[in-house]
Amino acid sequence: MKKFSLILIITALASVLAASAADIIGTITLNGTPPPEVPYTPLMNDSTCGAMYKTAPTTHFYAVGPNHELADVVVSLKDVTGKSTGASQPPVTLDQKGCLYMPQILAIQTGQKIVVKNSDSCIHNVHVVPAVAGNPESNQVQMSGGPDLDYTFSKPEMFMKFKCDVHPWMFAWVSVFDSPYFAISDKEGKFVIKNVPPGKYTVEADHRKLGTSTKDVEVKDSDVTVNFTLDVK
Amino acid sequence: MAENALLKFNRPLYWFAVLTALFTFLLLGAGGLVTSHEAGMSVPDWPNSYGYNMFLFPPSKWIGGIFYEHTHRLIASGVGLMTTILAAWLWLKDSRKWMHWVGVAAFLLVVAQGILGGLRVVLIDAQLGIFHAIIGQLFFVLTSAIALFTSRWWLAQEFPRQDRIHRQAAVGLVALRRLALVTMVLIFCQLIIGATMRQQHAGLAIPDFPLAYGKIWPDTSAADVQTYNEHRMNVVAENPITGFQIILQMLHRMAALAICVLTAICAWQAWGRLGKKDALTKLALFWLGLILVQALLGAATIWSNKAADVATAHVLGGAVSLVTGTLWYVIAGRRSATLPEIAPVTAISGVYGGTSAAATNK
Repeated sequence: MKKFSLILIITALASVLAASAADIIGTITLNGTPPPEVPYTPLMNDSTCGAMYKTAPTTHFYAVGPNHELADVVVSLKDVTGKSTGASQPPVTLDQKGCLYMPQILAIQTGQKIVVKNSDSCIHNVHVVPAVAGNPESNQVQMSGGPDLDYTFSKPEMFMKFKCDVHPWMFAWVSVFDSPYFAISDKEGKFVIKNVPPGKYTVEADHRKLGTSTKDVEVKDSDVTVNFTLDVK
Repeated sequence: MAENALLKFNRPLYWFAVLTALFTFLLLGAGGLVTSHEAGMSVPDWPNSYGYNMFLFPPSKWIGGIFYEHTHRLIASGVGLMTTILAAWLWLKDSRKWMHWVGVAAFLLVVAQGILGGLRVVLIDAQLGIFHAIIGQLFFVLTSAIALFTSRWWLAQEFPRQDRIHRQAAVGLVALRRLALVTMVLIFCQLIIGATMRQQHAGLAIPDFPLAYGKIWPDTSAADVQTYNEHRMNVVAENPITGFQIILQMLHRMAALAICVLTAICAWQAWGRLGKKDALTKLALFWLGLILVQALLGAATIWSNKAADVATAHVLGGAVSLVTGTLWYVIAGRRSATLPEIAPVTAISGVYGGTSAAATNK
C-alpha cells in the first residue's frame, strides 16, 4: 500500500513538472545574400560516385528558403549541462548515400548513440575528428553493405566533423549537447526546443558558416517565441 | 694519398643511386598528391590496407582517395627496398668509410620515415604528417647527395679544366657558400611552413595573390576571419581558417620573396666571381630559374584554388630547390676545400688546382 502511494505521489509530481515545462519556438531568418553554392565537381569526377548523378549536386552551406528562412541552424540552451538523457534516447542515424552524408547537420546528446550506415555500393571510411578532449578521434572502414558503425560521445562539442577520406568532399557536422534542450531549424527555418523547465536561459543559434547569435529568454508556463536573424557580412 | 686517388668509378652503383633519388622524387610527388587530395586517412589501417596484405590489396578497391594513399605506400615500399640495397652496396663496395655511414643513415631514415607515415595513420595524428613531409624532403636531399658522391665527377682525382678557378675567385667562393647556406636554410624553413600549411587541411587561408584579401597585409581580427569563413565555399578541405593560418601564409609569401632575392644574388655573384662558363655559375642560374618557377607555381596554387596537381607540383618544386641548393653548396665546398694547398695568397693570378695530390692530399 505504501509503495502504491509513493508511485502515485511521484507520478503526480512528474505530471506537475511536465505541465509546467514549456517549449521554446522560433524561426531563423537570413539577412543578406549568401555566396553561391558550388557543385561537387570531385564527386562527378569519381567514376563510382559520379555515375549516381546526372548533374552535379551542390553544397548547401546556406540552406535558405524563398523568404530567407534558414535551415540547418543548431539552436540550444547555453550552459545547460548535466541534464543529458542521451543513454535512454533512440539512436540518431547518419547515412552515406550517393557519396554524401545525409543529413550533413545533426545533433545528439552526450551518451546518445549515433548510427552510421553505408547505403552506397562503394567503400567509405568514417573518420571522426573531434576538437574537444574526451571525445575520441577514430577512423573506421565501412564496406558497402557492411555493418553499421555506432558512436557515442561523452563531452559536449559544436560541429564535430565526420568525414570520408576516400571521398574527401563528404562531411557531416554533429553537435553534442549535455542536455535534451536543442533543435535544428527545418526547411522553413523553424525550430522547437521542447519541455524546457521554467527559468531564465540564453538561447544560442549556431550556424557552421555564420557563427553564433544569442538571446536571453525567460520560460514560465507557456511557450516562448525567440526568433533569430543571422547576417551574411 | 687522397682517398679519391684510390677510388674507381662504379657505374652500376652510381646509376642505382641516381635511380633511388629519382624514385624518391616520385615518392615525394605521390605523397604530395595524397595530401593535396586530402586522402591521407583513406586507408585506415597500416601496414595492411583494408585488412589485406599491402601488396595483395585488389586494384578494384583502389577507388577515390585510396588510390593515392595506397600507391604512395607501394612506391614507398619500393624506395625502402632500393635504399636498403643501396646502403648494402655502399657498405660492401665503396672504399670510403664515411660513405658506409651515409648509406646506413639513408637506410635508417627511410625506415623511420616509413614508420612515421604508418603512425600518422594508426595514431590519427596530423602533426606527425608535418614531420613526415619534412623528413621526406631531407631524405630526397640525402639520396641526391649519395648520387653525387658516387658520381665520376666527385671521384675524379683532379677537376676538369673548366672547373679550375682563380684563387681570388676561390676565396670569393667561400663567401658565396655562406650565402648559399643561408638561402638553403631559408628554403628548408619555407618547406616547414609549407608542410604545416598543408597539414592544416583547411584549403587556402588566403584566396588571392599578389594581394591578400584585397590588401597588402590582411586583417586577422576574429570578426574578419569569421567573415572570410562565411564566404569560403570549399567542397573539400572544409576546416575553417584561422588568423594563425593567414599569418602563416603571409610568412610563406615573404620568405618566398627573400629566397628569390637571395638566389638571384647567388647567381649574380657566381657569374661575377667564377665567370659565366663555370659549372657552379650554371648551377646557380638553374637554381634561380627553379626558384622563379617555384614562385610562379605558388601563385598558380592560389589562382587555381589549390588544384591538387598544381599544389603537388609546388611541393616538388620546393624539394628540387632544396636539393639544388644543397648540391651547389656541397660542390662548392668540394672545390674550395683545396684552397690551402694552392699557390700563395699573393699569387692572385695563379691557377687553382694543380696536381691531384697537391689539391687533395691534406
